[in-house]
Amino acid sequence: MSEIDLQQILREANIGEVLEQLDNELVGLVPVKQRIREIAAFLVVSRARQQLGIESAAPSLHMCFTGNPGTGKTTVALRMADMLHRLGYVRKGHVVSVTRDDLVGQYIGHTAPKTREILKKAMGGVLFIDEAYYLYRPENERDYGQEAIEILLQVMENNREDLVVILAGYKDRMDTFFQSNPGMSSRIAHHIDFPDYSQSELVEIAGKMMSNMHYRFDAGALQAIAEYIAQRRQQPHFANARSIRNALDRARLRHANRVFEAAASGASKPTAETLSTITEADIRASRVFDGGNGSGKGKATQS
Amino acid sequence: MHITQGQFSFLPPLTEAEIRAQVDYAISKGWAVAIEWTDDPHPRNVYWSMWGPPMFEIRDGAAVTFELEACRKANPDSYIKINAFDNTRGVESTVMSFIVNRPAHEPGFGLTRQEADGRNIRYTTRPYSTERPGR
Repeated sequence: MSEIDLQQILREANIGEVLEQLDNELVGLVPVKQRIREIAAFLVVSRARQQLGIESAAPSLHMCFTGNPGTGKTTVALRMADMLHRLGYVRKGHVVSVTRDDLVGQYIGHTAPKTREILKKAMGGVLFIDEAYYLYRPENERDYGQEAIEILLQVMENNREDLVVILAGYKDRMDTFFQSNPGMSSRIAHHIDFPDYSQSELVEIAGKMMSNMHYRFDAGALQAIAEYIAQRRQQPHFANARSIRNALDRARLRHANRVFEAAASGASKPTAETLSTITEADIRASRVFDGGNGSGKGKATQS
Repeated sequence: MHITQGQFSFLPPLTEAEIRAQVDYAISKGWAVAIEWTDDPHPRNVYWSMWGPPMFEIRDGAAVTFELEACRKANPDSYIKINAFDNTRGVESTVMSFIVNRPAHEPGFGLTRQEADGRNIRYTTRPYSTERPGR
């Protein structure tokens, strides 16, 4: 009996690199990383079984990512596409990211060509359907979303080796979606739940985002951002890492404004140091601080 | 009568793998791929029916295989060809065109003679397949 070298498959696919990248780039998400490791191991073993002729059919790889906004679903989907590509489960490894509007048409006979068009674009790669539960609208029985789901199901079954479909959305709404579409649920092999980030993870994410943009916090700003995150988390419309990114973008705006005004008034010349340091004042100027917990109504939620 | 037209007309009919390889080549060049079908294989018939719009922005040959299968299922006994269009000159110009499907029975062409003025004879060819169109 011939032997297969799992190590060699791993080396050739360079999977370790992707997993390492995942570990380094994404903070937290321990259960997600664990599941991805399991899937990677499963794919490598399944590849080995195929080489020995034990297994002939390609495994079903369609996935569902559930979690609150800003928990890294899209980022993980990109890494997943990379991994599937390296292991040879998708030929091109590109990601086509769509929502309901891209799949569902506006009049009779419009949906099928539209859905097929998107599916064709995604072939050879990964189709990422964000907020997939919108496809099914139970309140309107003549909604064209059902038609899109049917075509999707058919292609997910018949063209398994041509594309991988990843559905994403909030956990509770995806659960309802699967309850009303049992065919979809049974065709999805991997359900991955993305947990919310903890306070310390969000602080770490903020630091990482800043250093990626070649900025740094001074000591006061570091303290301020931690307090900012603690308060912002309690407010409505909190979207995890996405909220942090938006907050940092606004802090950068205030920083730029401050540096610019200081230079324009001749008070100080900008140095490399001032140009890349976010101070406490840049963060403290946020409306989150003066609003506090009760400011969720209306204006104060965004800043 | 085995009718040949366009690219690869000197070769035996392409296998599925060969068709796929040609399509992948076209996609790798960034060309749009279209599927057309007809029941009238007359060489002067350049207007075949389009099977959907040409496929722009596809990344993999599987998309063409997918549509080709659908076209074959809908029109099993007809001629199907694949075209590829290059847009580098600002217009979609045909750069590839080859037949990928033929009817099981190809009846061929009849020669019609018309007695014209004097002792002149005019000839025209007429595909038998158009006598029973849409069969």
